Amino acid sequence: MAIKVLVPTPLQKFTNNQATIEATGGNVQELIDSLESACPGIKDRICDESGKPRRFLNLYVNSEDIRFLEGVDTQLNDGDEVSIVPAVAGG
Amino acid sequence: MTQALETQLNTQIKNSTSATFTKLVSKEGGFEYDLDPINICENTFAPLEVAYDYDKIRATVTRETIEAGPNSIWRYRPFLPVATDNVIDVGTGMTPLVKSTRLARRLGLKNLYIKNDAVNMPTLSFKDRVVSVALTRAREFGFSTVSCASTGNLANSTAAIASHAGLECCVFIPADLEAGKVLGTLIYNPIVMAVKGNYDQVNRLCSEVANTHGWGFVNINLRPYYSEGSKTLAYEVAEQLGWQLPDHIVAPIASGSLYTKIHKGFKEFAKVGLVEDKDVRCSGAQAEGCSPVAQAFKEGRDFVAPVKPNTIAKSIAIGNPADGVYALEQARKTNGHIESVTDAEIIEGIKLLAETEGIFTETAGGTTIAVLKKLAEEGKIDPDETTVAYITGNGLKTQEAVQGYIGEPLAIDPKLDSFERAWDRAQTLERLDWQQVLV
Repeated sequence: MAIKVLVPTPLQKFTNNQATIEATGGNVQELIDSLESACPGIKDRICDESGKPRRFLNLYVNSEDIRFLEGVDTQLNDGDEVSIVPAVAGG
Repeated sequence: MTQALETQLNTQIKNSTSATFTKLVSKEGGFEYDLDPINICENTFAPLEVAYDYDKIRATVTRETIEAGPNSIWRYRPFLPVATDNVIDVGTGMTPLVKSTRLARRLGLKNLYIKNDAVNMPTLSFKDRVVSVALTRAREFGFSTVSCASTGNLANSTAAIASHAGLECCVFIPADLEAGKVLGTLIYNPIVMAVKGNYDQVNRLCSEVANTHGWGFVNINLRPYYSEGSKTLAYEVAEQLGWQLPDHIVAPIASGSLYTKIHKGFKEFAKVGLVEDKDVRCSGAQAEGCSPVAQAFKEGRDFVAPVKPNTIAKSIAIGNPADGVYALEQARKTNGHIESVTDAEIIEGIKLLAETEGIFTETAGGTTIAVLKKLAEEGKIDPDETTVAYITGNGLKTQEAVQGYIGEPLAIDPKLDSFERAWDRAQTLERLDWQQVLV
């Protein structure tokens, strides 16, 4: 199942400077695990010590914040787009 | 920015005898970064904070040097993260600190002050403070185009000050903003992108644009510098109170940046010996239709769950506040409160300030006054405390909010008897009772 992932600048060192990569996974958690296999080290940056996405990082599935969906259990379908966006902006 | 330009800039900063800022530090984990146009810690994604050499500031700054400075925020330049002497000074700051009598009496407070940024220059909101700093810094970095994600006031300010400084400007706003805020940006002739979505969606789009365009986004890649401008709201109050800190402040919370930077400003003034240190209680105001920080405060949570905004207070309608957790910590640490009020209470707050103090504020100010009233009624403000309410924007920009809730002119003929009849009509018993109670 191909999922398009948009990667912010601070994480692009793990993706060979690619802003967009493809990954797989039936839900967001599986997608993060799949990203780690393809880009070793990236999971530690996305998730904190407890394994949850860091509080200053927003994850969107097709433009909806996963906190308004099922969190890391949010289901993913072929062709979905997942954006990883730093939260610290604005105001 | 080219590497050559970056090197030149870093050399300039290092060689500058007047620069007092030294590095960027992550608010989580303490990771340190060079003074680049970046806003995020690469390790924790937390905000970056400008660090200063306070010994250097203490050695050169006195009350007298500040008082001899310009009548603007730039009198506090050693506390702001710019290296140049060629700052963009459009007369921003030094707004009135009004000692309240009538509003204070209505609320049962004895030492209430209103910090009136409804008349801040040039665009009538506190945003001119942060933008003056951000664009001065943007020019130091060599950016030729500046941008922002805005709920309206910031777009007004960025567009106006960019015009003054001769910078290209492209701003992003939610498509449903108040007409006054859209017009108040367009007049400066920037590119305006009206995004079909709420502010959080605008902000997210801008974070992505900032990744791909080499622009200076005042509240994204310039955010560590930009946000420092809000500290001047603390410095001015301290100076205007006769070089002392207030006991209690009430300020609006949107991203949480202004609220936390005011506290930082008070602490810095104490640290360098300009004022006696004091624990200033910091209370925050949110609109109920967008109150993620107030909800977390009430529920005793240490995290802020994002919400989807639904309020007339559009200028503070940030559902996913970047500094929300820090605002939460600050309220608890300083023994303050974070309260929310309904849209109806916000309108009453706007009217109350106008009718008692002659200050016409926008919805954010109405939120602050409504929360001030609530806290006073609940006994959460000691009547003797020196309390400062921060009014951050001007009511002429959000006229839609109060349309239908205020009176109408009495239409009369240009004849004396027509006036007399209308005057009699106006003197209703209700009106007389109202005046007797209020005087």
